[in-house]
Amino acid sequence: MTSLEFMLILGAALFCLGLYGVLARRNAVLVLMSIELMLNAVNVHLIAFARYVAGTEAIAHVLIIFVITIAAAEVGLALAIVLRMFRNWETVNLDRISTLQQ
Amino acid sequence: MIAAAILGAVGIITVAGAVGVVATRSVVYAAVFLLLSLVGVAGLFLMMLAEFIALAQILIYGGAITIVLLFAIMLTRAPEQAHQQDNQQRPLAAMACFGLFILLTATALSTPWRTRDASSDPMAEFTALSELLFSDFLIPFEIASLVLLVALIGAVVLTRSGREGA
Repeated sequence: MTSLEFMLILGAALFCLGLYGVLARRNAVLVLMSIELMLNAVNVHLIAFARYVAGTEAIAHVLIIFVITIAAAEVGLALAIVLRMFRNWETVNLDRISTLQQ
Repeated sequence: MIAAAILGAVGIITVAGAVGVVATRSVVYAAVFLLLSLVGVAGLFLMMLAEFIALAQILIYGGAITIVLLFAIMLTRAPEQAHQQDNQQRPLAAMACFGLFILLTATALSTPWRTRDASSDPMAEFTALSELLFSDFLIPFEIASLVLLVALIGAVVLTRSGREGA
């Protein structure tokens, strides 16, 4: 197994664990953490391709800068929404929150 | 040989942290496991000679995002927190994710990658990154700052106390 394949399998494991968390977790904050795991898995893949695969050199680094920026914005906004949800319904259980009304 | 051992250790730390995030019942422990996993990912970046990305990873994910998540956990403490954190679609989700993992692994192993010799200059990627960021990607770079500003204002508006009619 080459280093590239090791990194790709590691990234795949991270992504699948994150996807499992998104699908199976009930708490909105835990779902957000799982989304962070998936974003990181994509970053690992991008860096692995930039390092080991021909023709993808520096562009992956630029993409990762943008991914991290958007992830930071996403976490800030999503946690604001979670706090709002908690204020309205006194719960962050996603199974209980099935309406967009107050 | 030593590099391979370090790589394996960092990989195990990363995956163990991720397993902790999706397996633990305590939300606070999940945040700590997430921090472990994110620092592990920063280690992977370092092993692939992406020092700047590794630093940004530790600063933004390890510092900012984990702290914000911990704040959200503390502010949303409900009595139900001690109960089961997984919903009833767990077996199906586990099967689907395992299937996806098998598929991705098989793809990674069977694709004939056009690999290249890794450059020995540790600053090469960094220089190329900065040149690209301030030439071809200048406009997206500026728009990213706008996105952050909008997210900041949006977060303030959303969390403001709703008493004044908001």
